[in-house]
Amino acid sequence: MITLSNVTKIYKAASGSVTAVDHVNLHVAEGEIFGIIGYSGAGKSSLLRLLNGLEKPTSGEVIVDGKDMGKISGSELRQARQQIGMIFQHFNLLWSRTVRENIAFPLEIAGVPKEERQKRVDELIRLVGLEGREEAYPSQLSGGQKQRVGIARALANRPKVLLCDEATSALDPQTTDSILDLLVDINQRLGLTIVLITHEMHVIRKICDRVAVMENGKIVEMGEVLQVFRKPEQPITKRFVKQVTEPEETKEAMAHLFDQYPNGKLVQLTFVGDSTEQPLITQLIRQFDLTVNILQGKISQTHHGAYGVLFVHLAGANDAIERALAFMRQQQVEVEVMASE
Amino acid sequence: MNSLFPNVQWETIWAATSETLYMTGMAVVATFIVGIVLGLLLFLTSKGNIWENKLANTIISSVVNIFRSIPFIILIILLIPFTKVIVGTILGADAALPALIIGAAPFYARMVEIALREIDKGVMEAAKAMGATTAQIIWKVLIPESLPALISGITVTAIALVGYTAMAGVVGAGGLGNLAYLEGFQRNHNDVTFVATVLILVIVFIIQFIGDFVTSKIDKR
Repeated sequence: MITLSNVTKIYKAASGSVTAVDHVNLHVAEGEIFGIIGYSGAGKSSLLRLLNGLEKPTSGEVIVDGKDMGKISGSELRQARQQIGMIFQHFNLLWSRTVRENIAFPLEIAGVPKEERQKRVDELIRLVGLEGREEAYPSQLSGGQKQRVGIARALANRPKVLLCDEATSALDPQTTDSILDLLVDINQRLGLTIVLITHEMHVIRKICDRVAVMENGKIVEMGEVLQVFRKPEQPITKRFVKQVTEPEETKEAMAHLFDQYPNGKLVQLTFVGDSTEQPLITQLIRQFDLTVNILQGKISQTHHGAYGVLFVHLAGANDAIERALAFMRQQQVEVEVMASE
Repeated sequence: MNSLFPNVQWETIWAATSETLYMTGMAVVATFIVGIVLGLLLFLTSKGNIWENKLANTIISSVVNIFRSIPFIILIILLIPFTKVIVGTILGADAALPALIIGAAPFYARMVEIALREIDKGVMEAAKAMGATTAQIIWKVLIPESLPALISGITVTAIALVGYTAMAGVVGAGGLGNLAYLEGFQRNHNDVTFVATVLILVIVFIIQFIGDFVTSKIDKR
Protein backbone atom coordinates (compact mmCIF):
# COMPACT_ATOMS: atom_id res chain seq x y z
CA MET A 1 0.00 0.00 0.00
CA ILE A 2 2.86 2.35 0.87
CA THR A 3 6.38 2.10 -0.50
CA LEU A 4 9.20 4.53 0.15
CA SER A 5 12.39 4.02 -1.81
CA ASN A 6 15.52 5.89 -0.87
CA VAL A 7 13.58 8.92 0.32
CA THR A 8 15.49 11.96 1.50
CA LYS A 9 14.08 15.28 2.68
CA ILE A 10 16.40 18.22 3.16
CA TYR A 11 15.20 21.58 4.53
CA LYS A 12 17.18 24.58 3.39
CA ALA A 13 17.45 27.26 6.01
CA ALA A 14 19.56 30.38 6.35
CA SER A 15 21.69 28.63 8.94
CA GLY A 16 22.43 25.68 6.63
CA SER A 17 20.47 22.70 5.46
CA VAL A 18 18.90 20.10 7.71
CA THR A 19 18.42 16.50 6.63
CA ALA A 20 15.12 15.54 8.22
CA VAL A 21 14.67 12.24 6.39
CA ASP A 22 17.79 10.38 5.30
CA HIS A 23 17.59 7.61 2.67
CA VAL A 24 14.55 5.87 4.09
CA ASN A 25 13.27 2.62 2.59
CA LEU A 26 9.99 1.33 3.85
CA HIS A 27 7.08 -0.85 2.87
CA VAL A 28 3.72 -0.92 4.59
CA ALA A 29 1.30 -3.68 3.61
CA GLU A 30 -2.43 -3.15 3.13
CA GLY A 31 -4.36 -3.44 6.40
CA GLU A 32 -1.25 -3.17 8.52
CA ILE A 33 -0.79 -0.92 11.57
CA PHE A 34 2.68 0.43 11.20
CA GLY A 35 4.33 2.48 13.93
CA ILE A 36 7.23 4.89 13.65
CA ILE A 37 8.85 5.79 16.96
CA GLY A 38 11.51 8.36 17.66
CA TYR A 39 12.31 11.32 19.86
CA SER A 40 11.31 14.79 18.74
CA GLY A 41 13.47 15.99 15.89
CA ALA A 42 14.10 12.45 14.63
CA GLY A 43 12.29 13.26 11.38
CA LYS A 44 9.20 11.14 11.90
CA SER A 45 6.85 14.08 11.49
CA SER A 46 8.43 15.00 8.13
CA LEU A 47 8.30 11.38 7.07
CA LEU A 48 4.57 11.19 7.82
CA ARG A 49 3.90 14.40 5.85
CA LEU A 50 5.69 12.96 2.84
CA LEU A 51 2.98 10.31 2.71
CA ASN A 52 0.19 12.78 1.88
CA GLY A 53 2.28 15.25 -0.06
CA LEU A 54 2.24 17.98 2.59
CA GLU A 55 6.01 17.74 2.17
CA LYS A 56 7.76 16.86 -1.07
CA PRO A 57 10.80 14.56 -1.01
CA THR A 58 14.13 16.09 -2.03
CA SER A 59 14.95 12.77 -3.67
CA GLY A 60 13.50 9.28 -3.76
CA GLU A 61 10.03 7.98 -4.41
CA VAL A 62 6.93 7.96 -2.19
CA ILE A 63 4.25 5.63 -3.54
CA VAL A 64 0.91 5.53 -1.72
CA ASP A 65 -1.86 3.42 -3.22
CA GLY A 66 -0.09 3.42 -6.57
CA LYS A 67 0.38 7.18 -6.74
CA ASP A 68 3.72 8.95 -6.63
CA MET A 69 3.00 11.55 -3.95
CA GLY A 70 6.22 13.42 -4.68
CA LYS A 71 5.37 13.98 -8.33
CA ILE A 72 1.64 14.62 -8.55
CA SER A 73 0.19 18.08 -7.94
CA GLY A 74 -2.96 20.14 -8.42
CA SER A 75 -6.27 18.32 -8.57
CA GLU A 76 -4.61 14.92 -8.85
CA LEU A 77 -2.85 15.51 -5.53
CA ARG A 78 -6.08 16.79 -3.93
CA GLN A 79 -7.95 13.70 -5.14
CA ALA A 80 -5.22 11.46 -3.73
CA ARG A 81 -5.33 13.29 -0.39
CA GLN A 82 -9.04 12.56 -0.05
CA GLN A 83 -8.04 8.89 0.05
CA ILE A 84 -5.59 9.50 2.92
CA GLY A 85 -7.07 10.52 6.27
CA MET A 86 -4.97 12.28 8.88
CA ILE A 87 -5.38 12.90 12.60
CA PHE A 88 -3.30 15.24 14.72
CA GLN A 89 -1.89 15.62 18.22
CA HIS A 90 -3.82 18.86 18.74
CA PHE A 91 -6.89 17.62 16.83
CA ASN A 92 -7.00 20.70 14.54
CA LEU A 93 -10.79 20.96 14.54
CA LEU A 94 -12.58 24.05 13.30
CA TRP A 95 -13.86 25.75 16.47
CA SER A 96 -16.49 27.62 14.48
CA ARG A 97 -18.21 24.37 13.48
CA THR A 98 -20.19 21.87 15.51
CA VAL A 99 -19.17 18.20 15.74
CA ARG A 100 -21.54 17.39 12.88
CA GLU A 101 -20.23 20.25 10.71
CA ASN A 102 -16.62 19.35 11.44
CA ILE A 103 -17.18 15.79 10.30
CA ALA A 104 -19.02 17.07 7.21
CA PHE A 105 -16.10 19.35 6.30
CA PRO A 106 -14.05 16.86 4.23
CA LEU A 107 -17.31 15.75 2.54
CA GLU A 108 -17.99 19.35 1.51
CA ILE A 109 -14.45 19.53 0.14
CA ALA A 110 -15.05 16.36 -1.86
CA GLY A 111 -18.31 17.81 -3.21
CA VAL A 112 -20.63 15.20 -1.68
CA PRO A 113 -24.33 16.25 -1.99
CA LYS A 114 -26.07 17.43 1.16
CA GLU A 115 -28.38 14.46 1.90
CA GLU A 116 -25.59 11.98 1.40
CA ARG A 117 -23.40 14.08 3.68
CA GLN A 118 -26.00 13.96 6.43
CA LYS A 119 -26.26 10.18 6.18
CA ARG A 120 -22.50 9.65 6.18
CA VAL A 121 -22.02 11.97 9.16
CA ASP A 122 -24.62 10.01 11.16
CA GLU A 123 -22.80 6.76 10.38
CA LEU A 124 -19.47 8.22 11.43
CA ILE A 125 -20.86 9.61 14.67
CA ARG A 126 -22.06 6.12 15.57
CA LEU A 127 -18.74 4.58 14.49
CA VAL A 128 -16.70 6.76 16.87
CA GLY A 129 -19.31 6.71 19.66
CA LEU A 130 -20.25 10.39 19.78
CA GLU A 131 -24.03 10.00 19.77
CA GLY A 132 -25.70 12.89 21.56
CA ARG A 133 -22.81 15.31 21.03
CA GLU A 134 -23.58 16.16 17.40
CA GLU A 135 -24.47 19.79 18.02
CA ALA A 136 -21.65 20.51 20.48
CA TYR A 137 -18.77 22.81 19.57
CA PRO A 138 -15.17 21.56 19.98
CA SER A 139 -14.66 23.89 22.98
CA GLN A 140 -17.37 21.91 24.82
CA LEU A 141 -15.66 18.55 24.28
CA SER A 142 -12.98 16.67 26.25
CA GLY A 143 -9.67 15.79 24.61
CA GLY A 144 -10.76 12.24 23.91
CA GLN A 145 -14.01 13.38 22.34
CA LYS A 146 -12.14 15.90 20.18
CA GLN A 147 -9.88 13.14 18.90
CA ARG A 148 -12.95 11.02 18.13
CA VAL A 149 -14.25 13.89 16.00
CA GLY A 150 -10.80 14.04 14.38
CA ILE A 151 -10.98 10.32 13.58
CA ALA A 152 -14.53 10.54 12.22
CA ARG A 153 -13.48 13.48 10.06
CA ALA A 154 -10.42 11.60 8.78
CA LEU A 155 -12.59 8.61 7.85
CA ALA A 156 -15.37 10.60 6.18
CA ASN A 157 -14.26 10.06 2.58
CA ARG A 158 -13.60 6.34 3.17
CA PRO A 159 -9.82 6.60 2.88
CA LYS A 160 -7.54 3.61 2.39
CA VAL A 161 -4.81 4.98 4.62
CA LEU A 162 -4.97 6.76 7.96
CA LEU A 163 -2.00 8.81 9.15
CA CYS A 164 -1.76 9.50 12.89
CA ASP A 165 0.50 12.33 13.98
CA GLU A 166 1.13 11.78 17.72
CA ALA A 167 -2.61 11.25 17.96
CA THR A 168 -2.61 10.30 21.65
CA SER A 169 0.27 12.39 22.97
CA ALA A 170 -2.01 15.12 24.30
CA LEU A 171 -4.35 12.67 26.06
CA ASP A 172 -4.31 11.10 29.51
CA PRO A 173 -3.44 7.36 29.76
CA GLN A 174 -7.02 6.15 30.04
CA THR A 175 -8.24 8.22 27.10
CA THR A 176 -5.16 7.14 25.13
CA ASP A 177 -6.18 3.51 25.58
CA SER A 178 -9.75 4.14 24.45
CA ILE A 179 -8.56 5.98 21.34
CA LEU A 180 -6.08 3.16 20.59
CA ASP A 181 -8.88 0.62 20.95
CA LEU A 182 -10.94 2.65 18.51
CA LEU A 183 -8.06 2.69 16.01
CA VAL A 184 -7.68 -1.10 16.22
CA ASP A 185 -11.44 -1.47 15.85
CA ILE A 186 -11.60 0.61 12.65
CA ASN A 187 -8.46 -1.09 11.33
CA GLN A 188 -10.19 -4.46 11.65
CA ARG A 189 -13.65 -3.36 10.58
CA LEU A 190 -12.64 -1.27 7.58
CA GLY A 191 -9.37 -2.95 6.63
CA LEU A 192 -7.71 0.42 6.87
CA THR A 193 -3.92 0.77 6.65
CA ILE A 194 -2.68 2.88 9.57
CA VAL A 195 0.67 4.62 9.84
CA LEU A 196 1.29 6.29 13.17
CA ILE A 197 4.15 8.25 14.65
CA THR A 198 4.72 8.51 18.38
CA HIS A 199 7.37 8.82 21.06
CA GLU A 200 5.50 6.45 23.38
CA MET A 201 6.46 2.78 23.23
CA HIS A 202 3.17 2.03 24.97
CA VAL A 203 1.30 3.01 21.79
CA ILE A 204 3.52 0.78 19.62
CA ARG A 205 3.12 -2.14 22.03
CA LYS A 206 -0.61 -1.85 22.21
CA ILE A 207 -1.67 -1.65 18.57
CA CYS A 208 1.16 -1.92 16.04
CA ASP A 209 2.00 -4.91 13.88
CA ARG A 210 5.40 -3.60 12.91
CA VAL A 211 7.57 -0.78 14.12
CA ALA A 212 10.37 1.36 12.71
CA VAL A 213 12.71 3.23 15.03
CA MET A 214 13.92 6.57 13.74
CA GLU A 215 16.98 8.52 14.80
CA ASN A 216 18.53 11.50 12.99
CA GLY A 217 16.35 10.99 9.94
CA LYS A 218 17.31 7.34 9.49
CA ILE A 219 15.39 4.19 10.25
CA VAL A 220 17.82 2.40 12.55
CA GLU A 221 15.71 -0.63 13.33
CA MET A 222 12.54 -2.14 11.91
CA GLY A 223 10.59 -5.33 12.49
CA GLU A 224 7.65 -7.13 14.09
CA VAL A 225 6.77 -5.46 17.36
CA LEU A 226 7.16 -8.63 19.40
CA GLN A 227 10.60 -9.33 17.89
CA VAL A 228 11.77 -5.79 18.56
CA PHE A 229 10.59 -6.09 22.14
CA ARG A 230 12.35 -9.40 22.63
CA LYS A 231 15.63 -8.50 20.98
CA PRO A 232 16.14 -4.77 20.62
CA GLU A 233 19.44 -4.25 18.85
CA GLN A 234 20.15 -0.53 18.82
CA PRO A 235 20.74 1.42 22.05
CA ILE A 236 17.88 3.79 21.20
CA THR A 237 15.50 0.86 20.69
CA LYS A 238 16.54 -0.59 24.04
CA ARG A 239 15.72 2.70 25.66
CA PHE A 240 12.26 2.75 24.08
CA VAL A 241 11.59 -0.86 25.09
CA LYS A 242 12.55 0.03 28.65
CA GLN A 243 9.79 2.67 28.68
CA VAL A 244 7.34 -0.22 28.79
CA THR A 245 9.23 -2.97 30.58
CA GLU A 246 11.29 -1.31 33.24
CA PRO A 247 9.62 1.11 35.57
CA GLU A 248 11.80 3.56 37.48
CA GLU A 249 11.40 1.78 40.81
CA THR A 250 13.09 -1.36 39.42
CA LYS A 251 16.35 0.50 39.16
CA GLU A 252 16.14 1.61 42.78
CA ALA A 253 15.16 -1.86 43.93
CA MET A 254 18.10 -3.34 42.07
CA ALA A 255 20.61 -0.89 43.48
CA HIS A 256 19.34 -1.83 46.91
CA LEU A 257 19.70 -5.55 46.12
CA PHE A 258 23.23 -5.22 44.86
CA ASP A 259 24.03 -3.82 48.29
CA GLN A 260 22.05 -6.42 50.14
CA TYR A 261 23.27 -9.47 48.21
CA PRO A 262 26.80 -8.88 47.07
CA ASN A 263 26.87 -12.54 46.05
CA GLY A 264 24.73 -14.20 43.44
CA LYS A 265 23.37 -12.74 40.23
CA LEU A 266 20.59 -10.41 39.19
CA VAL A 267 18.95 -11.67 36.02
CA GLN A 268 16.43 -10.18 33.65
CA LEU A 269 14.29 -12.80 31.94
CA THR A 270 12.28 -11.91 28.86
CA PHE A 271 9.44 -14.18 27.78
CA VAL A 272 7.59 -13.92 24.52
CA GLY A 273 4.36 -15.58 23.42
CA ASP A 274 3.89 -19.15 24.68
CA SER A 275 6.97 -19.14 26.88
CA THR A 276 5.15 -16.74 29.22
CA GLU A 277 3.10 -19.70 30.38
CA GLN A 278 5.95 -22.03 31.44
CA PRO A 279 6.50 -22.76 35.13
CA LEU A 280 10.15 -21.76 34.75
CA ILE A 281 10.81 -20.61 38.31
CA THR A 282 9.42 -23.83 39.79
CA GLN A 283 11.69 -25.88 37.54
CA LEU A 284 14.63 -23.71 38.51
CA ILE A 285 14.16 -24.25 42.21
CA ARG A 286 13.53 -28.00 41.83
CA GLN A 287 16.44 -28.76 39.54
CA PHE A 288 19.15 -26.53 40.97
CA ASP A 289 20.28 -25.79 44.46
CA LEU A 290 19.40 -22.13 44.32
CA THR A 291 17.52 -19.44 46.19
CA VAL A 292 15.35 -17.51 43.75
CA ASN A 293 14.12 -14.12 44.77
CA ILE A 294 11.58 -12.45 42.49
CA LEU A 295 12.10 -8.70 42.40
CA GLN A 296 9.76 -7.46 39.78
CA GLY A 297 7.61 -8.95 37.08
CA LYS A 298 5.41 -7.64 34.35
CA ILE A 299 3.43 -9.04 31.48
CA SER A 300 2.48 -6.70 28.63
CA GLN A 301 -0.01 -7.55 25.95
CA THR A 302 1.04 -6.60 22.43
CA HIS A 303 -1.10 -6.71 19.33
CA HIS A 304 0.43 -10.15 18.57
CA GLY A 305 0.68 -11.93 21.91
CA ALA A 306 2.07 -11.48 25.38
CA TYR A 307 5.44 -10.27 26.37
CA GLY A 308 6.80 -10.68 29.91
CA VAL A 309 9.76 -9.44 31.86
CA LEU A 310 10.91 -10.86 35.18
CA PHE A 311 13.73 -9.62 37.35
CA VAL A 312 15.06 -12.30 39.70
CA HIS A 313 17.97 -12.66 42.05
CA LEU A 314 19.77 -16.04 42.04
CA ALA A 315 21.87 -17.01 45.02
CA GLY A 316 23.87 -20.20 45.45
CA ALA A 317 27.08 -21.86 44.31
CA ASN A 318 28.62 -20.29 41.24
CA ASP A 319 28.48 -23.41 39.09
CA ALA A 320 24.84 -23.98 40.05
CA ILE A 321 24.05 -20.47 38.86
CA GLU A 322 25.89 -21.03 35.60
CA ARG A 323 24.01 -24.27 34.97
CA ALA A 324 20.73 -22.58 35.79
CA LEU A 325 21.44 -19.81 33.29
CA ALA A 326 22.30 -22.35 30.61
CA PHE A 327 19.07 -24.21 31.33
CA MET A 328 16.98 -21.07 31.03
CA ARG A 329 18.61 -20.10 27.76
CA GLN A 330 17.34 -23.38 26.31
CA GLN A 331 13.76 -22.51 27.23
CA GLN A 332 13.04 -19.80 24.63
CA VAL A 333 13.70 -17.20 27.27
CA GLU A 334 15.98 -14.23 26.77
CA VAL A 335 18.37 -14.09 29.72
CA GLU A 336 20.36 -11.04 30.59
CA VAL A 337 22.65 -10.94 33.62
CA MET A 338 22.51 -7.50 35.15
CA ALA A 339 25.79 -5.94 36.18
CA SER A 340 26.05 -3.89 39.32
CA GLU A 341 26.72 -0.28 38.55
CA MET B 1 -36.72 72.36 24.22
CA ASN B 2 -36.50 75.43 22.05
CA SER B 3 -35.43 77.55 24.98
CA LEU B 4 -32.65 75.10 25.80
CA PHE B 5 -31.41 74.88 22.19
CA PRO B 6 -32.47 78.19 20.63
CA ASN B 7 -30.44 77.77 17.44
CA VAL B 8 -31.16 74.13 16.75
CA GLN B 9 -33.33 73.38 13.72
CA TRP B 10 -34.34 69.79 14.14
CA GLU B 11 -35.05 69.10 10.47
CA THR B 12 -31.49 70.15 9.60
CA ILE B 13 -30.15 67.98 12.46
CA TRP B 14 -32.02 64.88 11.23
CA ALA B 15 -30.92 65.50 7.67
CA ALA B 16 -27.30 65.79 8.84
CA THR B 17 -27.65 62.66 10.98
CA SER B 18 -28.94 60.63 8.07
CA GLU B 19 -26.07 61.91 5.92
CA THR B 20 -23.58 60.81 8.55
CA LEU B 21 -25.26 57.39 8.79
CA TYR B 22 -25.27 57.07 5.01
CA MET B 23 -21.56 57.92 4.68
CA THR B 24 -20.58 55.65 7.57
CA GLY B 25 -22.74 52.77 6.36
CA MET B 26 -21.55 52.86 2.77
CA ALA B 27 -17.92 53.28 3.80
CA VAL B 28 -18.11 50.42 6.35
CA VAL B 29 -19.52 48.00 3.77
CA ALA B 30 -16.89 48.93 1.18
CA THR B 31 -14.06 48.92 3.75
CA PHE B 32 -15.13 45.50 4.98
CA ILE B 33 -14.87 44.03 1.48
CA VAL B 34 -11.73 45.88 0.34
CA GLY B 35 -10.04 45.35 3.70
CA ILE B 36 -10.69 41.60 3.72
CA VAL B 37 -9.39 41.25 0.17
CA LEU B 38 -6.23 43.22 0.99
CA GLY B 39 -5.79 41.45 4.32
CA LEU B 40 -6.13 38.04 2.66
CA LEU B 41 -3.57 39.03 0.03
CA LEU B 42 -1.18 40.26 2.73
CA PHE B 43 -1.61 37.03 4.66
CA LEU B 44 -1.50 34.57 1.76
CA THR B 45 1.57 36.14 0.12
CA SER B 46 3.52 36.23 3.41
CA LYS B 47 6.31 33.80 4.20
CA GLY B 48 5.30 30.17 4.52
CA ASN B 49 1.80 30.63 3.11
CA ILE B 50 -0.06 29.33 0.09
CA TRP B 51 0.81 32.17 -2.30
CA GLU B 52 4.18 33.06 -0.76
CA ASN B 53 5.52 35.90 -2.91
CA LYS B 54 7.96 38.37 -1.48
CA LEU B 55 7.57 41.00 -4.22
CA ALA B 56 3.75 41.05 -4.14
CA ASN B 57 3.78 41.10 -0.35
CA THR B 58 6.21 44.04 -0.24
CA ILE B 59 4.17 46.04 -2.76
CA ILE B 60 0.80 45.51 -1.03
CA SER B 61 2.35 46.09 2.35
CA SER B 62 3.93 49.39 1.21
CA VAL B 63 0.70 50.67 -0.32
CA VAL B 64 -1.20 49.79 2.85
CA ASN B 65 1.38 51.48 5.03
CA ILE B 66 1.46 54.66 2.95
CA PHE B 67 -2.30 55.15 2.96
CA ARG B 68 -2.50 54.25 6.61
CA SER B 69 0.10 56.89 7.49
CA ILE B 70 -1.38 59.90 5.69
CA PRO B 71 -3.46 61.99 8.10
CA PHE B 72 -7.07 61.76 6.99
CA ILE B 73 -7.67 65.47 6.55
CA ILE B 74 -4.67 65.64 4.18
CA LEU B 75 -5.81 62.49 2.36
CA ILE B 76 -9.15 64.16 1.54
CA ILE B 77 -7.39 67.11 -0.04
CA LEU B 78 -4.93 64.87 -1.93
CA LEU B 79 -7.81 62.85 -3.32
CA ILE B 80 -9.83 65.84 -4.62
CA PRO B 81 -8.80 65.35 -8.30
CA PHE B 82 -9.45 61.60 -8.03
CA THR B 83 -12.86 62.19 -6.42
CA LYS B 84 -13.79 64.71 -9.11
CA VAL B 85 -13.09 62.14 -11.80
CA ILE B 86 -14.97 59.20 -10.32
CA VAL B 87 -17.85 60.93 -8.47
CA GLY B 88 -18.13 64.05 -10.62
CA THR B 89 -18.23 66.48 -7.69
CA ILE B 90 -16.27 67.22 -4.54
CA LEU B 91 -19.31 68.22 -2.51
CA GLY B 92 -21.87 66.07 -0.73
CA ALA B 93 -21.90 62.71 0.99
CA ASP B 94 -20.99 60.63 -2.08
CA ALA B 95 -17.90 62.75 -2.67
CA ALA B 96 -16.64 61.78 0.78
CA LEU B 97 -16.81 58.05 0.10
CA PRO B 98 -13.58 57.53 -1.91
CA ALA B 99 -11.51 59.25 0.76
CA LEU B 100 -13.31 57.41 3.58
CA ILE B 101 -12.75 54.02 1.97
CA ILE B 102 -9.15 54.67 0.93
CA GLY B 103 -8.44 55.99 4.42
CA ALA B 104 -10.07 53.13 6.33
CA ALA B 105 -9.50 50.03 4.17
CA PRO B 106 -5.70 49.83 4.69
CA PHE B 107 -6.22 50.26 8.42
CA TYR B 108 -8.74 47.43 8.42
CA ALA B 109 -6.57 45.30 6.10
CA ARG B 110 -3.86 45.18 8.79
CA MET B 111 -6.45 44.05 11.35
CA VAL B 112 -7.62 41.35 8.95
CA GLU B 113 -4.04 40.18 8.46
CA ILE B 114 -3.50 39.95 12.22
CA ALA B 115 -6.79 38.07 12.64
CA LEU B 116 -5.78 35.55 9.96
CA ARG B 117 -2.38 35.02 11.55
CA GLU B 118 -4.11 34.07 14.78
CA ILE B 119 -5.66 31.03 13.10
CA ASP B 120 -4.01 27.80 14.17
CA LYS B 121 -1.63 26.66 11.41
CA GLY B 122 -2.66 23.09 12.19
CA VAL B 123 -6.22 23.77 11.05
CA MET B 124 -4.98 24.96 7.65
CA GLU B 125 -2.71 21.92 7.47
CA ALA B 126 -5.69 19.67 8.23
CA ALA B 127 -7.71 21.30 5.43
CA LYS B 128 -4.81 20.85 3.00
CA ALA B 129 -4.44 17.22 4.07
CA MET B 130 -8.13 16.72 3.18
CA GLY B 131 -7.46 17.95 -0.33
CA ALA B 132 -9.04 21.41 -0.02
CA THR B 133 -8.48 23.98 -2.77
CA THR B 134 -7.22 27.45 -1.91
CA ALA B 135 -10.71 28.88 -2.45
CA GLN B 136 -12.15 26.28 -0.05
CA ILE B 137 -9.47 27.12 2.52
CA ILE B 138 -10.36 30.83 2.25
CA TRP B 139 -14.14 30.42 2.43
CA LYS B 140 -14.40 27.43 4.77
CA VAL B 141 -11.43 27.92 7.06
CA LEU B 142 -9.82 31.36 7.03
CA ILE B 143 -12.92 33.57 7.05
CA PRO B 144 -15.16 31.51 9.40
CA GLU B 145 -12.32 30.84 11.85
CA SER B 146 -11.31 34.51 12.06
CA LEU B 147 -14.85 35.94 11.92
CA PRO B 148 -15.06 37.19 15.54
CA ALA B 149 -11.80 39.11 15.07
CA LEU B 150 -12.98 40.38 11.67
CA ILE B 151 -16.21 41.66 13.25
CA SER B 152 -14.54 43.31 16.23
CA GLY B 153 -12.04 44.85 13.81
CA ILE B 154 -14.76 46.31 11.59
CA THR B 155 -16.44 47.68 14.74
CA VAL B 156 -13.32 49.63 15.64
CA THR B 157 -12.92 50.73 12.02
CA ALA B 158 -16.58 51.83 11.83
CA ILE B 159 -16.13 54.02 14.89
CA ALA B 160 -13.01 55.55 13.35
CA LEU B 161 -15.07 56.13 10.19
CA VAL B 162 -17.69 58.12 12.13
CA GLY B 163 -14.83 60.40 13.15
CA TYR B 164 -13.60 60.56 9.57
CA THR B 165 -17.08 61.60 8.32
CA ALA B 166 -16.99 64.53 10.71
CA MET B 167 -13.64 65.60 9.27
CA ALA B 168 -14.95 65.12 5.76
CA GLY B 169 -17.89 67.29 6.78
CA VAL B 170 -15.60 70.23 7.39
CA VAL B 171 -14.55 70.22 3.73
CA GLY B 172 -18.09 70.03 2.42
CA ALA B 173 -19.30 66.46 2.67
CA GLY B 174 -22.32 67.25 4.82
CA GLY B 175 -23.38 65.34 7.88
CA LEU B 176 -23.11 66.14 11.59
CA GLY B 177 -19.46 67.22 11.37
CA ASN B 178 -20.34 69.73 8.69
CA LEU B 179 -23.24 71.03 10.76
CA ALA B 180 -21.19 71.35 13.93
CA TYR B 181 -18.49 73.23 12.04
CA LEU B 182 -20.61 75.58 9.94
CA GLU B 183 -23.61 76.15 12.21
CA GLY B 184 -21.98 75.53 15.55
CA PHE B 185 -18.43 76.78 15.32
CA GLN B 186 -18.45 79.46 12.65
CA ARG B 187 -21.73 81.04 13.78
CA ASN B 188 -20.88 80.48 17.41
CA HIS B 189 -24.00 78.45 18.19
CA ASN B 190 -22.69 76.17 20.91
CA ASP B 191 -26.02 74.41 21.35
CA VAL B 192 -25.81 73.07 17.78
CA THR B 193 -22.28 71.77 18.40
CA PHE B 194 -23.52 70.12 21.58
CA VAL B 195 -26.46 68.36 19.90
CA ALA B 196 -24.25 67.19 17.02
CA THR B 197 -21.72 65.80 19.49
CA VAL B 198 -24.36 63.92 21.44
CA LEU B 199 -25.75 62.39 18.26
CA ILE B 200 -22.27 61.26 17.14
CA LEU B 201 -21.74 59.67 20.57
CA VAL B 202 -25.05 57.85 20.27
CA ILE B 203 -24.06 56.50 16.84
CA VAL B 204 -20.70 55.33 18.21
CA PHE B 205 -22.32 53.58 21.18
CA ILE B 206 -24.82 51.82 18.95
CA ILE B 207 -22.04 50.60 16.62
CA GLN B 208 -20.02 49.33 19.58
CA PHE B 209 -23.05 47.57 21.06
CA ILE B 210 -23.93 45.83 17.79
CA GLY B 211 -20.28 44.83 17.23
CA ASP B 212 -19.88 43.36 20.72
CA PHE B 213 -23.20 41.55 20.49
CA VAL B 214 -22.42 39.93 17.11
CA THR B 215 -18.88 38.99 18.18
CA SER B 216 -20.08 37.25 21.33
CA LYS B 217 -22.80 35.41 19.38
CA ILE B 218 -20.45 33.92 16.79
CA ASP B 219 -17.44 33.21 19.03
CA LYS B 220 -17.65 29.52 19.96
CA ARG B 221 -14.10 29.16 21.26
